[in-house]
Amino acid sequence: MTDDRTAPDAPSVVVAGLRIELTGSGRDVVDDVSFTIHPGQVMGLVGESGSGKTTVGLALLGHARRGVEIVAGSVRIDDVDVLALSEEQRRPLRGRVVSYVPQDPAAALNPALRIGTQLLEVLEAHDFGKSSAERNERVAEMMREVALPDDPKYLHRYPHELSGGQQQRVGLAMAFACRPRLIVLDEPTTGLDVTTQAHVLNTVRDLAGAHRVAALYVSHDLAVVSTLAERVAVMYAGRLVEVGESSELFADAAHPYTRRLVGAIPRLAGSRELVGIPGRAPSPGSRPRGCAFESRCAFVEDACRLELPPLRALDDGHMVRCLRAEEVRAHPMPFAGEAMAVSVPHGESVLSVQQMSAGYRGVTVLHDINLDLAPSECLALVGESGSGKTTLARSIAGLHAERSGRIVLHGEELVELARHRSRESRRRLQYIFQNPYGSLNPRRTIDQIVRQPLEVFGIGGSEANARVDEMLERVSLTAAYASRYPDQLSGGERQRVAIARALVSRPDVLICDEVTSALDVSVQAAIVELLGELQKSLDLAMLFVTHNLPLVRSIAQRVAVMSAGRIVELGAVDSVLLEPSDDYTKRLLADTPSLEAVQS
Amino acid sequence: MSVVTDIAITPEPESLTTTSRRSGSVLRDALRLWRTRIGLVLVLGLTLLAGAGPFFAPHSPTDFAGPPFSNPSSAARFGTDYLGQDVLSRFLWGGREILVMAVLATAFGIILGAIVGLLAAYSRNWLDDVLMRGMDVILAFPQIMLALVAIATVGPKPWLIVLAVGLTTLPRVARVTRGAAQPIVARDFVASAEALGVPRIRILGRELLPNILSPLMVEVSLRLTYSIGLIAGLAFLGFATSTNGANWGTMINQNRVAVQAQPWGVVLPVIAIALLTIGTGLVGDGISRAAAGIDRGRSTG
Amino acid sequence: MHSGGIWGFILRRVLLGLLVLVIVSVLVFAATQALPGDPARAILGRDATPTSLAALRAKLHLGQPVLQQYWTWVTGLLHGDMGNSLANQEPVSTYLRPLLINSAFLVFLSGIISIPLAIGIGAYAAVRRDKAFDVSSSILTLLLAALPEFVVGVALVVIFATVVFQVLPAVAQIPPGGRPWDDLSGMVLPVVTLVIAVTPYVARIMRASMIEVLESDYVEMARLKGLDEHTVIIRHALPNALGPTFQVIAINLAYLAGGVIVVEYVFNFPGIGGALVDGVNNRDLPVVQALAMLIATLYVVLNLTADIATILVTPRMRTTL
Repeated sequence: MTDDRTAPDAPSVVVAGLRIELTGSGRDVVDDVSFTIHPGQVMGLVGESGSGKTTVGLALLGHARRGVEIVAGSVRIDDVDVLALSEEQRRPLRGRVVSYVPQDPAAALNPALRIGTQLLEVLEAHDFGKSSAERNERVAEMMREVALPDDPKYLHRYPHELSGGQQQRVGLAMAFACRPRLIVLDEPTTGLDVTTQAHVLNTVRDLAGAHRVAALYVSHDLAVVSTLAERVAVMYAGRLVEVGESSELFADAAHPYTRRLVGAIPRLAGSRELVGIPGRAPSPGSRPRGCAFESRCAFVEDACRLELPPLRALDDGHMVRCLRAEEVRAHPMPFAGEAMAVSVPHGESVLSVQQMSAGYRGVTVLHDINLDLAPSECLALVGESGSGKTTLARSIAGLHAERSGRIVLHGEELVELARHRSRESRRRLQYIFQNPYGSLNPRRTIDQIVRQPLEVFGIGGSEANARVDEMLERVSLTAAYASRYPDQLSGGERQRVAIARALVSRPDVLICDEVTSALDVSVQAAIVELLGELQKSLDLAMLFVTHNLPLVRSIAQRVAVMSAGRIVELGAVDSVLLEPSDDYTKRLLADTPSLEAVQS
Repeated sequence: MSVVTDIAITPEPESLTTTSRRSGSVLRDALRLWRTRIGLVLVLGLTLLAGAGPFFAPHSPTDFAGPPFSNPSSAARFGTDYLGQDVLSRFLWGGREILVMAVLATAFGIILGAIVGLLAAYSRNWLDDVLMRGMDVILAFPQIMLALVAIATVGPKPWLIVLAVGLTTLPRVARVTRGAAQPIVARDFVASAEALGVPRIRILGRELLPNILSPLMVEVSLRLTYSIGLIAGLAFLGFATSTNGANWGTMINQNRVAVQAQPWGVVLPVIAIALLTIGTGLVGDGISRAAAGIDRGRSTG
Repeated sequence: MHSGGIWGFILRRVLLGLLVLVIVSVLVFAATQALPGDPARAILGRDATPTSLAALRAKLHLGQPVLQQYWTWVTGLLHGDMGNSLANQEPVSTYLRPLLINSAFLVFLSGIISIPLAIGIGAYAAVRRDKAFDVSSSILTLLLAALPEFVVGVALVVIFATVVFQVLPAVAQIPPGGRPWDDLSGMVLPVVTLVIAVTPYVARIMRASMIEVLESDYVEMARLKGLDEHTVIIRHALPNALGPTFQVIAINLAYLAGGVIVVEYVFNFPGIGGALVDGVNNRDLPVVQALAMLIATLYVVLNLTADIATILVTPRMRTTL
């Protein structure tokens, strides 16, 4: 059935001048956001935390969370301005004309209702179909569209009986149920493993194309967005800074921020270097008069600071908010360049894991692990959630008791729990945690936090002071930070404190457990940069645990791939990533979204 | 191990988030709220009354000041009580006992309860179960009942009442402390200290305790409110240090038979207890609000 | 936690409850009868004659080893024999039964008023958060929850029965052998006192639970699907608020059972509260012991029922147990 309400070339979604403020304060969270989406097209909305992208996404449904309000702008879907309607008039549009797929599918599905009920009610609320038989048939159809079983028994399940990927597909089914004109997807693949993520993305692309639905895909993950969206808009500090075709954007961005962002994305080919962006984004209320990126920009000049640059079109239809865009484009992209060869270190291993198995309450999660770490080497441990990589890391660190096998550090065998180990072995092996918001005691100053290992290991006085100062400097934190508390620091800064704390006692081995997974892409790049530099200058052996395969290239010499509690492949980074021998590794590589595919 | 949250019989105070706000700033924020200020004024005022009252009493609590239940006169500003003693003087004397005992009982319950709660939350194993089952045993009664059973055996000795009230406060505080400490125990900075090999006692005292001070402060106010009510209530039932002692609770009971003729013997102590408990309740609520933060909105975009 | 499913869980909770009761019984017994020193002398006082002391010791089985005394007492309890009251010589069970009925009636009346009231106020305040009703009820519940029950009771007596107005009786006037429902006007103030004593605190808990549900992601999602507010509250919010509601009802009843003790004394109501206070005054240990076990059993049963009801109402727990 052809839908000829709109001519194929006319956009079905037109957003103009959207402005959202913190309630009652006049400070904007989002300002001057305008874009269009055509039927069947997927548009990516990209930004780091605090950029305002989720707020924009929700605004397309006329919804604002507690604490913010939409003060200006229009959102026209097929010529109806959602923002101009009253709340009562808007309600029938939600779910039928414009629908939403949330980030956390587990939280968004009502745990007390069966999924069949939750699917059906979208249809009922919008009077879809003339009879309940018709509606039930539609529900079955919806399930098939998202590749889920359509039998009543499956529909009878509760959300917690489904896996994360299945829950997200139910969310997609609910969103597409009434064949809306626009779907807003808010980071819907966060927390899903790479393979499931690939499936979900394919489903979104297929459904949007098949039913001529416009889609807005909000995400911080540029690699994912690049594989799915035809056009991408980049947000920074509440404003659009660049809009264009995704292939062009990633190959030849015009805004300095976008360029730095693309340069910070881990990649499977090309230069290994990841460069972060110094400084941090201004928060609402502290945005400068001129360009918001001015304090961090390599191309900044006085004109940029005086006044906010307008969003203007370049020759090829690309939109950019930068006075010097043409010059910027003339420079080479940050990731251009060859990959430097990586030497695989040799030597007697400083850390050796022999036939180790570990479990939780009798269930074995690690089977017969064998691994050796040479001095000054970085070995990456890669796996999806459930692979056992964190259990392995924690067992080595002395945080997991239920294990067997041997762990040998510098010839000394390590017992299960850290507090039973010798002081020297504790000093030599240090651990950095994933969550920067949980790994620092909120009641202590930065100085106290970094000093703590020295106190435990009996180093005090002026020696301790000197070391603390030195470490803070090495992680690029000024002396002013010493008296601050963690809640005054950003995520990246906190992770730097965690690094300083880990290195202050001069260990030989450092275990990094997903230390960048909770950070924005540009911050991740800066931390990886820092860790790489510290590893070389301090001659550290490092075990780097991550689920992000391309990231491994930027920090490690060797990589071990884990699946279901076993190491399935272990070797030099290049040989594993370019010529994987194990099927699991091959599949992982195939499903990992990367920018290279877009650029070719 | 119970799958269901341990609400059971002991109610938890309104949902508290253990935030990273420091206790000093929480108290300062609390003081900005009008309710905390009013509460503080009431508490301080009545504490002053209870503490310094005896110095201003025109008579001693047992002096004869007129016929029983007589109206206000020059000798007895608020009339006399059931034995002809001066109501005003007895009123001025009557707060000390309650307040001192309530503070002691609350302190006892808070300190021990916090220790038990922290131990239970941190141990995460059989010790947790054993401690919490022990708490369940004490929680199998209403607070007043346990005190009465104790009094039935030994008599209304002050130390016994303090002990009994403290003992019933203990498990309630332990529950709240444990609930507040569990998410903290799961945080990585505790694991970090463990990886360093910091002894467990130090982890309890230096990592955990400072992070549960906010909910603990709220508990102090809450428990103090209940302790005052309990001890005054026990006095009302006739279980105070001495049957003719000057005690607000006892006074209410002694004088209520003739309240229609001579209300002051009842009204003064009722107002005093009411204002005192309202005061502690307001302070507790103020701290609770300051700790939870005023805006609970999610982070934007 | 997959052993045995729901029934396994229920069994474990029941056994746990029994364990608690056993420990409670040991402690109650130890506190009252196994104390060092001579309980008989403690009860009868210093001027007791040797004969009366000996008689009391025999009656209390004090000659037997402690464990056997305990056993005698416990098995007696399980058969409904709670010993004889020391004060009036009749069997405790006969003495307590009418009082139990009276108190149960009082609790029942207070419960059917306070439970819906607390749930209603709490839920409504949560739905209309930060609006006029919520703000005003919040202050009111805060103030009333802080007041001790006897203060509330006496204040009500002062206001409505004696000093300010005289519309209601200050004490319950139930003739001996009569029933509370023979004197309904005398029930008004005790019931109102209990309701005021218990409802505010429970309403606050209800409000907090309801807010947690209303702020959840799935409720937001329901709104974003375009469901009308009525459906959102009834179909999405309410089922998730049921579990906490059962806990709230249990707390409410438990509080009532505790408050009854003092309130009965205030209004001279012939119930177990009065019996307890008399028992304490007279050192009537069998009565005190029996009442302690009764109330403890009630608490454990309430706790258990609430937990089981919560599990049954929460699908996630139903299927993962």
